[in-house]
Amino acid sequence: MGDLEELYNDIIMEHSMNSYNKKHLDSCDFSQMGHNPNCGDEIKLEVKLNGDIIEDMAFSGHGCAISQSSTSVMIDILKGKTIKEAKDIIKTFIEMIKREVKDEKELEKLEEAIAFKNISNMPARVKCALLAWHTMEDLLNEKESSK
Amino acid sequence: MDKVKKDFPILNSNKIVYLDSGATTQKPQMVLDAVNEYYKSKNANPHRGAYSLSVEATRVYEEGREKISKFINSPTSAQVIFTKNASEALNLIAYSYGLDNLNKNDEVVLSIMEHHSNLVPWQYVTKKTNSKLKYMYINDDFELSDEEIYSKITENTKIVGITHVSNVTGTINDVEKIIKYAHKKGAIVILDASQSIPHMKIDVQRLDADFVVFSGHKMLAPLGLGVLYGKKELLEKMSPFLMGGDMIEYVYEQDTTFAPLPSKFEAGTQNVGGVVGLCAAIDYIESIGYENIQKHEKEVVDYAIKRLKQLEYIKLYITPNRKNHSAVISFNIVGVHPHDVASILDANGVCVRSGNHCAQPLMRYLEIDSTCRASFYLYNTKEDVDKLILAIEKAYKMFEKYIIKN
Repeated sequence: MGDLEELYNDIIMEHSMNSYNKKHLDSCDFSQMGHNPNCGDEIKLEVKLNGDIIEDMAFSGHGCAISQSSTSVMIDILKGKTIKEAKDIIKTFIEMIKREVKDEKELEKLEEAIAFKNISNMPARVKCALLAWHTMEDLLNEKESSK
Repeated sequence: MDKVKKDFPILNSNKIVYLDSGATTQKPQMVLDAVNEYYKSKNANPHRGAYSLSVEATRVYEEGREKISKFINSPTSAQVIFTKNASEALNLIAYSYGLDNLNKNDEVVLSIMEHHSNLVPWQYVTKKTNSKLKYMYINDDFELSDEEIYSKITENTKIVGITHVSNVTGTINDVEKIIKYAHKKGAIVILDASQSIPHMKIDVQRLDADFVVFSGHKMLAPLGLGVLYGKKELLEKMSPFLMGGDMIEYVYEQDTTFAPLPSKFEAGTQNVGGVVGLCAAIDYIESIGYENIQKHEKEVVDYAIKRLKQLEYIKLYITPNRKNHSAVISFNIVGVHPHDVASILDANGVCVRSGNHCAQPLMRYLEIDSTCRASFYLYNTKEDVDKLILAIEKAYKMFEKYIIKN
């Protein structure tokens, strides 16, 4: 029970139940759907770019507290970053969940998203935490290949 | 009945509250012993060798078929076909019966409660044959009304697929009425008994269903064995589904003649150990008796419903007509996602399923994404219910201050 209560902490609860990032942008340059078919979680990311910088982001959709809060926290972190920085942060987050981070210092760039570290102890919920990050990864890759 | 739990090693060694029997049941020692004994002393490839051990494995397999045939009151054991699970049995019917017997403008009618396994194959088959796929929807009580049944099954209906008990709502459908009406309209009926046979006697002749499928692992037997019963005249006319060894008569370079029933539908080496396990499971169920199982389950499920109804933040997805409800309870903590609830319950030693339960069209019809599902069986007790309630209360407390009240 300890792990779990640590996981469902204030950061995750606040972001999942009442996120200011859950809305639609007035105008967006890119959007991407993410879906976990096994559990039905579904999110849509909207991104507005200013040159190489992620100027604004929002999400819509439905899912569990873990997937919703993970999406919202990701948006907080990636807003204002360059695409290159964003990719690096996403990579580190995925590595953290998969326990592949070698240097703990690497995690500093994840800011609040470090709250999800313990999810790696709950294999059944890993895909919930990763949904948004994989979706954003796809979005950025597609953007690049469409150049 | 209080002693039943002692027969299930996993429930004693793990100290868990297992409430996912709708997905698969735990296995009593008697079943584990029977399977173990088969592999220790009787295992060989059936129907193959001329040596005595293979003859023995064949005898065990065919006597098992005889026993299972009697258990469901099939007129002959040749009408009992073994598959790897109920899904495969349903696919067999869709491919071998559906593809050959449906024509343009014919209709297949399913209930919206069907498991994906009795739904997705029919999408494929109706598209291939240009026939139509229609659904019977449930009312506010999570039941199929007579009007719905009578308006959807028509002269154009050739096949009706109906689950005996819903794996989401636990609704017991009046399948005798549906079968009678479908026959009057000239349709055949496929009955999915996967969720009913663990809890109630299935007499295929009394029900008069044309096909009945179920799986062993939902009724105390090991994973990996499904059963298909069919009316003889239908099975005999159908072409084989899977092809290969043991289902043939003569094989030439370009052509093959097929073995008679039941072998025609059993390609490749079969799951003899699974049949042995299912026979032991039948012995176990019969030693307790369906009547006692039902009486016990009713007490436990009644108690669970009563306790759940006392929690004002719980929404139940069950019929208020208790006599039409089996041992499955779908519920949600209003405002909290079922996956979060299931994780917190799991941390408290309570195993429930969360998700769409392989019934996405039903979920969409009910306008929900998913539910938590507690499904009960003969080994569950009122103490299990108490632990479930305690864990739900804990989950609610964790989320209470964050829940958005509309």
